[in-house]
Amino acid sequence: MAQAPALPRGFELPLEPRLPRIGSVDQVAVEERADALARRSIKRESKLFALELAVRMMDLTTLEGADTPGKIAALCSKAMRPDPSDLTVPPVAAVCVYPNLVPHALERLEGSGVKVASVATAFPSGQSPIEVKLEETARVAELGADEIDMVIDRGAFLSGNYARVYDEVRRVKEACGEARLKVILETGELGTYDNVRRASLLAIAGGADFVKTSTGKIQPAATLPVTLVMLEAIRDVHEETGRRIGMKPAGGIRTAKQAVQHLVLLHETLGPEWLTPDLFRFGASTLLNDVLLQIRKERTGRYQSPDYFTID
Amino acid sequence: MSRLPVKKTYKLYIGGAFPRSESGRSYEVEGANVARASRKDVRDAVRAAREALAKWGSLTAYNRGQVLYRVAEVLEGRRAQFAELTGSDEEVDAAVDRWVWYAGWSDKLAQVLGSSNPVAGPYFNFTIPEPTGVAGIVAPEEPALAGLVSRLAPAIVGGNTAVVVASERHPLAAVTLAEVLATSDVPGGVVNILTGRKDELTPVLAGHMDVNALDLAGVDGDREELERLAAENVKRVVRNGEGQSPWHAAAFLELKTVWHPIGV
Amino acid sequence: MADLERRQDRSPVPSAFEYAAAPESREIVRLEERYGLFVGGEWVEPRSGEFHPTVSPATEEPLAEVAYGGAEDVDLAVAAAREAFDDGWSGLPASERAKYLFRVARILQERSREFAVLESLDGGKPIRESRDVDLPLSAAHFFYYAGWADKLEYAFPNRTPRPVGVAGQVIPWNFPLLMLSWKIAPALAAGNTVVLKPAETTPLTALLFCDVLRQAELPPGVVNIVTGDGRAGAELVKHPDVDKVAFTGSTEVGKAIQKAVAGTGKKLTLELGGKAANIIFDDAALDQAVEGIVNGIYFNQGHVCCAGSRLFVQESIYEATIAKLKRRMGTLRVGDPLDKNTDVGAINSQQQLEKIKELVATGEQEGAEIYQPPCRLPEKGWWFAPTVFTNVAQSYRIAQEEIFGPVLSVLTFRTPDEAVEKANNTPYGLSAGVWTEKGSRILSLAQRLRAGVIWANTYNRFDPASPFGGYKESGFGREGGLHGLEPYLRFDE
Repeated sequence: MAQAPALPRGFELPLEPRLPRIGSVDQVAVEERADALARRSIKRESKLFALELAVRMMDLTTLEGADTPGKIAALCSKAMRPDPSDLTVPPVAAVCVYPNLVPHALERLEGSGVKVASVATAFPSGQSPIEVKLEETARVAELGADEIDMVIDRGAFLSGNYARVYDEVRRVKEACGEARLKVILETGELGTYDNVRRASLLAIAGGADFVKTSTGKIQPAATLPVTLVMLEAIRDVHEETGRRIGMKPAGGIRTAKQAVQHLVLLHETLGPEWLTPDLFRFGASTLLNDVLLQIRKERTGRYQSPDYFTID
Repeated sequence: MSRLPVKKTYKLYIGGAFPRSESGRSYEVEGANVARASRKDVRDAVRAAREALAKWGSLTAYNRGQVLYRVAEVLEGRRAQFAELTGSDEEVDAAVDRWVWYAGWSDKLAQVLGSSNPVAGPYFNFTIPEPTGVAGIVAPEEPALAGLVSRLAPAIVGGNTAVVVASERHPLAAVTLAEVLATSDVPGGVVNILTGRKDELTPVLAGHMDVNALDLAGVDGDREELERLAAENVKRVVRNGEGQSPWHAAAFLELKTVWHPIGV
Repeated sequence: MADLERRQDRSPVPSAFEYAAAPESREIVRLEERYGLFVGGEWVEPRSGEFHPTVSPATEEPLAEVAYGGAEDVDLAVAAAREAFDDGWSGLPASERAKYLFRVARILQERSREFAVLESLDGGKPIRESRDVDLPLSAAHFFYYAGWADKLEYAFPNRTPRPVGVAGQVIPWNFPLLMLSWKIAPALAAGNTVVLKPAETTPLTALLFCDVLRQAELPPGVVNIVTGDGRAGAELVKHPDVDKVAFTGSTEVGKAIQKAVAGTGKKLTLELGGKAANIIFDDAALDQAVEGIVNGIYFNQGHVCCAGSRLFVQESIYEATIAKLKRRMGTLRVGDPLDKNTDVGAINSQQQLEKIKELVATGEQEGAEIYQPPCRLPEKGWWFAPTVFTNVAQSYRIAQEEIFGPVLSVLTFRTPDEAVEKANNTPYGLSAGVWTEKGSRILSLAQRLRAGVIWANTYNRFDPASPFGGYKESGFGREGGLHGLEPYLRFDE
């Protein structure tokens, strides 16, 4: 297939032997395509399937300075049993917390199958020495987190120091041990879709198991076109190398409708094979209740009120 | 003691050269034997015009204007000769002035005829005029020089090349204009001038599949059959009025519209 | 062909994630059982006495009986248009003319759903396109030209614009209402009156448009609609009292019309066929280019004169591009035009379907390699699966002739010069596409491609402000933009 064409400056390093062409992304066209896909209308049965899938794909997240063990406890209850009045609603994929709260989450979730994800590497800015980031990663892994969400050094990326970005991802991946690595690109700071694609490929080359849009601290975060660009990068990597990389849009997805639109994008771009929590996650703090509300609406045929869903 | 003048042979002008008609024919007119072009001469002239098109059409507009202005200069230098041929100083003056007028249009046509178009979407969109290709021009019978200049200059200023059928009754001005073109900076093939019988040449030109536009100003009789022939390859049939106008040049131009997304 | 049909029978990949049948309701459209001609502001019985059904290409169901006008009908319509021209329309203050056109634009917006459904019903195009493309653009066209009506002198400095008189307009079946708008809006803005003949297979939106004219209170005779087949069109263009002829359709008929008006001095504009090159360079934004390829050829089932029917791919990215293209074709939904999820609708007529099949068969015979994604085509109606031919040589008929269907021919090139040379190697010159991230290359290609519309890093975009029309045998004259006014004006100079 395609040989890797001329790489941008800074890309001349021992990446994987085979990577898709880096190429570029046309803003207008990719936004139009995302917009067109967002207007697909799906069957009622498929909608229920999609909503439940969205629950199973959810990384229920709290990343606040004010997070406490109590808050984590509540979040974990919600994660395991999202809708106490409807036990057919499955648990979410994971809870995502700061490193200090990992032990509390682990304790609460034990035996539930819900995974614990922790951010690391000087989240959200990533502006710390690499040694500190590695130390933090190793520590979080040691604490027993199943998944680690790192941030790339956007400062390095935007100043053209791609090698440093790549190198950090590679070393953080090593420090993760058994934990799965999600690499946050913070797309809202990258400025162009070209950069989103470039950073996705860089992170994947460095060993990312997932690529993730955002920290949730910067707007814009996960938008449909950004997700589409990243899914296309994942698809190109799969076609070129056979590797299956996961995708996690995070931040800004607040409604069930948005979640379903993302799933339509996923389905159209990567096919049914990717419709699994192993390969797709939603990073969200407020999305879950709207999805629950819509599930109940689909089941009862009645429009719902938020009063009937717990705020945790 | 009177001196016996050396008489000129009036030949065709094709691809920058002055060949006799390949048919070997001539006809007597205005006191001279003038080449009587054939179908094959039309063919050769169209081929020469097509070959010259790429270069002439892609010159910078400024450069084309310079070349055309040079023609006016040389024309002015032969003023006396043309006055003798046409019998009218005024006509020669008008021809020179008209030529200068069109020369100045070369780098303004795109600004007057083009546009940037505010489309409803994130696209930059602009329209520019481009030459249509090879123009077939049947020059008016009279005035032989000013009539020809009025038809020829607007055709070539925008980058087209031309095959001209000269005035049948007054061909000498056209052949002499060819000498002007040949001795100025106009590349060979940009203008090709045929003399002979219009009835014989015009249908060949009108039906030629490699001619893109047709100005039948000099056809006195029925144009219906000629226009029908022109339809065979969807020729632009130019119907310019009298006088001078940038829209006379526009009649020989295509409009090209280009879209490009605006994004980062 | 047997092989082809077998492939088409395969069901789509089963998935838990299916799109709903999301049909747009037909209720919004109320059809008459039969339609007369719209002449002088009234519905009249055709003197020809001829009626024929117009059918839905998706179901073959007859929708209504439509009159087929004859010579006498055309004559009456032209007389009505002439009377309206002499009797007030040409003398109306231009600002009043403008207001009529603004009204038409607004009414089209207000009734857009109704028109969109009817357009898809009668013509077979996906509702997504009639809703998102045809209708908004039709209304926008009237809006755009409404504004010009009282500003013509600013469009033509140093000239005195005047209306030409009666315009005879003949439009095709691929964008029935949009083509009507492209014709009628500039004609009326310039002060002319109109006799328009819609296409034989898609007359209904033009007939519904007469109701818009009623609501807009347009004076009688300013717009007259004579439905029918090619005979009515031929009568119209040769009618001695028609001053201006505008035609959109095939090059073959365009030439016949140019011959028919030869020697009459009528103003003429022709928007004819095409065989556009869509050129993909190896540095293009590939996923978006693939979208552009798909939009270029499968938009409106490929019933588009400017369709990007010849794909030129730089050899260095050939395999990657074709793989992406085929994958993307697999996600196209072919079927019910009224379903909001449908990407590719029905072929407009049986006759057109036969033509497509015939050309596709020649492509296979000549040695091109055919690919069609698995998709199930409905049993009733006229359908053709999205098709791509690879290993196509420049000399194959499928690379030379306009197929006017969802059929793409792929060729390769090595250098920009080769791309330009091959792209221009056709008697057509309507449009072209070029995909590259290199700015200077875009401008170079845009300059060298002999076509009236160049889409760079996009394809099949239309806008009322943007002039549209061809080079060479794709016709002459422009529709849209300031330049689209000129064909409807005369200048005393």
